[in-house]
Amino acid sequence: MKDFGLLAEFTTTSGVYHACEKVRDAGYTVWDAHTPFPVHGLDQAMGLKRSHLPWVILVMGLTGSSLAMLLQWWVSVEAYPIIYAGKPYFSWQAFVPVTFEVGVLFAALGAVFGMLHFNRLPRHNHPLFQSKRFERASDDRFFISIEATDPKYHPEQTAELLRACGAVAVERVEA
Amino acid sequence: MATLKNTINPADFDDVDYARYPDQFDPVEGRHPLILGNPSFQSVTNDVCGPAEKPMPFGWWVLFGTALMLLGLFGISIGYLVYNGTGVWGLNNPVGWGWAIVNFVFWVGIGHAGTLISAILFLFRQKWRTSINRFAEAMTIFAVMCALSFPTIHVGRIWLLQWVFPVPNQMGAWPNFRSPLLWDVFAVSIYGSVSILFWYVGLIPDLATMRDRAKTKLKQIGYGIFALGWRGSNRHWQHYEVAYLILAAISTPLVLSVHSIVSFDFAVSQLPGWHTTIFPPYFVAGAIFSGFAMVVTLMVLARKAFQLEHMMTLKHFDNMSKIILLTGSMVGYAYAMEFFIAWYSGNPYESFAFINRAFGPYAWAYWTMITCNVVSPQVFWFKKARTHIPTLFVVSIFVNIGMWFERFVITVTSLHRDFLPSNWFYYSPTRWDVASFLGSFGLFFTMMCLFVRYLPMIAIAEVKTVLPEANPHHHADAEHAPAAPSTAVAH
Repeated sequence: MKDFGLLAEFTTTSGVYHACEKVRDAGYTVWDAHTPFPVHGLDQAMGLKRSHLPWVILVMGLTGSSLAMLLQWWVSVEAYPIIYAGKPYFSWQAFVPVTFEVGVLFAALGAVFGMLHFNRLPRHNHPLFQSKRFERASDDRFFISIEATDPKYHPEQTAELLRACGAVAVERVEA
Repeated sequence: MATLKNTINPADFDDVDYARYPDQFDPVEGRHPLILGNPSFQSVTNDVCGPAEKPMPFGWWVLFGTALMLLGLFGISIGYLVYNGTGVWGLNNPVGWGWAIVNFVFWVGIGHAGTLISAILFLFRQKWRTSINRFAEAMTIFAVMCALSFPTIHVGRIWLLQWVFPVPNQMGAWPNFRSPLLWDVFAVSIYGSVSILFWYVGLIPDLATMRDRAKTKLKQIGYGIFALGWRGSNRHWQHYEVAYLILAAISTPLVLSVHSIVSFDFAVSQLPGWHTTIFPPYFVAGAIFSGFAMVVTLMVLARKAFQLEHMMTLKHFDNMSKIILLTGSMVGYAYAMEFFIAWYSGNPYESFAFINRAFGPYAWAYWTMITCNVVSPQVFWFKKARTHIPTLFVVSIFVNIGMWFERFVITVTSLHRDFLPSNWFYYSPTRWDVASFLGSFGLFFTMMCLFVRYLPMIAIAEVKTVLPEANPHHHADAEHAPAAPSTAVAH
């Protein structure tokens, strides 16, 4: 049976934090930390780059606003031109509220679905769910998983590194 | 450093001196902890998930049963209305907007507290919000559902409701985008959608917790589907936190815009009493005011029923009553300023509308509003009142009543005496007005009951981040921990 990789358990935030720094400095690339809540500074400890999500949200928000303004222009000027209160057909000031609201809606959809896309979620069948121990990743335990596809992965030496980092348990997870 | 107190009497959590100045300190920041009772990560999980896993207390069944009956009443009153038309309501010739609009503004106002707590307080780094944001956001969503049902039935012919949206129809007609009523359709429905997204994003990690704790296959699958396979990955948390931050950043102007746009429904018209530039900020302050009051009402019940006194602490009530006092006073200022401008403008119609409001046939409603909204929150100048649960509960109910009357006063007193005295008429509701308003409480409380029954009512992952041991610089050994400020012990 092929291995997914190794799963190491830690009991404290500072434990997993310092372990991440060591795994990062050892040069691993295909690995992850699992925590019940976002641990402050763990991104740096893992050496992650900044998220590109804000750009997705910006583009979505601008798209939503533009579409809303375009729709209102088209309805008021092209499809159904009626003079209200002596105003010009394209009285854009009155269109600002809807433009803003639709921009917010698109940005929010961009934030949620962009986040899910970057995270490759939903994914209900991850190999780590086979581990009984891993159930506490959403409760009070902290984990590091190093995948077998990592170029530096070695079943014994990697496990040794994780134990040296202070893991209370290291187990192999099947793919 | 003060010694940590390990055995705690639950009654202590409602004791002012203990709850505000517990004899322990966050060893990293040297501040009083937000969650009392020296909790661990696991105890937080257990305390929050517990209520959703155990049988509900007796009070829950009483509330749920009552709510279901009222929900039935809501269904009946809507059915009767659709069958007969809006003539079953007490609307008359000058008063074409009655309880339905009052109820709409009332509910949508209540729906502002959730996003305020989750978005604005998040941007201001108010960490105490973590204990109450989930609950307040749920309340927001259910209040917006109640709010949306009123304009929906108020259109009369609800089988033509699609005409409010810009969709092609057989008449070749399109909605008028210059109308504040159409802005309202967009503002409130988008506010509802974004609130649901925000709430759901916050729920994902906690649904994963519920999934991992589930004892039955059905629960595993049910929570598992909605947890989306969340596995607490830090690579996921990174994008998640960015998404959450930006959702908060865009929800903040959204929440302020929504009630501004609701106020435009009135302010953009030419009617004396409605046509005022103060309306947008005044409505937003009123919305926050009523929303916080509703959160207090519900929290007093929930923390008692589910033993969450150590998470929803007196400090939370203290902070929320300060916001109620502030926004209540802003609303009071707006009432005074409306009167001042009515006089200062020299406009006889404007002056008449306001004198009629306070001393005309609806004076009883006006002074009920003043008593509940401006006078009653003034007790919150005193710390004793801000941390005394029965006082909080009573004042929050008063504020809810007062804010309903505010919308009633604005809507009805401005309409019932128009420019032509022969048109003047007194408006009173019919039993169907009352039935649909009571029915909307049925919808609200049915949803609230189902929420506390099935979902974690406190944001578990977020609460864990404010515990001292969540900080990677926290070390169990005392030599790393900075000493707690010695002066703070002698309060």
